[in-house]
Amino acid sequence: MKYIDEFRNSAVAQQLIKQIKLLANPQREYRLMEFCGGHTHAIHRYALNQVLPSNIKLIHGPGCPVCVLPIPRIDQAIWLASQTEVILCSYADMLRVPGDHQDSLIKAKSRGADIRIVYSVNDALELAKHNPTKQVVFFAIGFETTTPPTAHAILTAQKLGLTNFKVFANHVLTPVAMEAILDSDEVNLDGFIGPSHVSIIIGANAYAQVATQYQKPIVIAGFEPLDILQSILYLLELINQGKTEIINQYSRAVSAKGNLAAQQMVSQVFKLRDEFSWRGLGSIAKSGLAINENFQGYDAEKYWQIPIFKTSDVKACECPQILRGLKQPRECKLFAKACTPEHPMGACMVSSEGACAASYQYRID
Amino acid sequence: MCLAVPTQIIKLLDNQMALTSLAGVEKEISLALLAEPVSIGDYVIVHVGYALSKLDEADAQKTLAYFTELLDEENYTQTRE
Repeated sequence: MKYIDEFRNSAVAQQLIKQIKLLANPQREYRLMEFCGGHTHAIHRYALNQVLPSNIKLIHGPGCPVCVLPIPRIDQAIWLASQTEVILCSYADMLRVPGDHQDSLIKAKSRGADIRIVYSVNDALELAKHNPTKQVVFFAIGFETTTPPTAHAILTAQKLGLTNFKVFANHVLTPVAMEAILDSDEVNLDGFIGPSHVSIIIGANAYAQVATQYQKPIVIAGFEPLDILQSILYLLELINQGKTEIINQYSRAVSAKGNLAAQQMVSQVFKLRDEFSWRGLGSIAKSGLAINENFQGYDAEKYWQIPIFKTSDVKACECPQILRGLKQPRECKLFAKACTPEHPMGACMVSSEGACAASYQYRID
Repeated sequence: MCLAVPTQIIKLLDNQMALTSLAGVEKEISLALLAEPVSIGDYVIVHVGYALSKLDEADAQKTLAYFTELLDEENYTQTRE
């Protein structure tokens, strides 16, 4: 596949690893957080963590939307799906995430709830067109990458006069979460491997605060193995020189300002919530989006009085610590024992981007 | 969730839609989020059925040229050794 295979060339990877080894100062550690679950997955899939010098520590970040969605929001989605007039549409990842008492959307589906897996929010729009007597609810999750398609779908529904299309909005913001991690001071970090596709939308400049105020270098990296290795090389250079800049390694897709048309659509349809709860990180001010008043006819939270749930995480599940970069999946007592992708106890084992799922799938025992 | 892949446009359709091909698999996607014009043959980064940006092929070639340079340097060093 063009523009994919070239970025997986193993001879080049060997060269980049050689350069990294030359640059890595053995007297110190380099603690780098890959924010995105997509990077976590690629790092495990290509075993990059096993070929890097041992003083380069890759710390998994919270950039897995399925993982950071707090359990009470899953309970609310199950509640929505259980309303007789509702067809709930969701991306596949969400279906097996455990809610209260290990209930899930897939279990609700087996009880008779009408839940459909969709590839795109456009599929939900189509369902709304063809089921005028039903309320079609799109369970919208995701970071800045996934928000513009949801915004566009709402604008399209308005244009078409589709009144039976609703969105249960759970979109969250990346830079704010990075700042929350840095604010908490729990994790010692030297730099970030920055998001690929989030950055296409928000642009490289969006991380200025992380670089300047928090003094952390950030290299925006593509998702392929050579992209990640080249970005680690850049990070080492920056850290060795004490520089806190933003470098855009993924310049074939990411610009400084991002996709302005997409940003405009998002700001037209959504507004900042005062606060939003994240699994692992707790409540973060101005970190999530709600549908703004002009589009409230499409807002599931306005159309229904959805009950508030107070479910907490399974006690032994270390998902919250793993999402904050404080623990590795293997340090969780449940990992690969009580908790497996077939029987997940926490969201980090459900999503293919979750740190636990990546560690489990590519583990070498 | 944020996974997205470079996909080639093979046909432009009505309503800001396009037909794309990825390793022979054809799929209709939306161009509604793109401000810049795209043509047949262009690569776009596709996520949940939407093109998020046009792939800058000249830029991709620059990165690939750097990789080739790395390999050439290695071959040169090995010959000298």
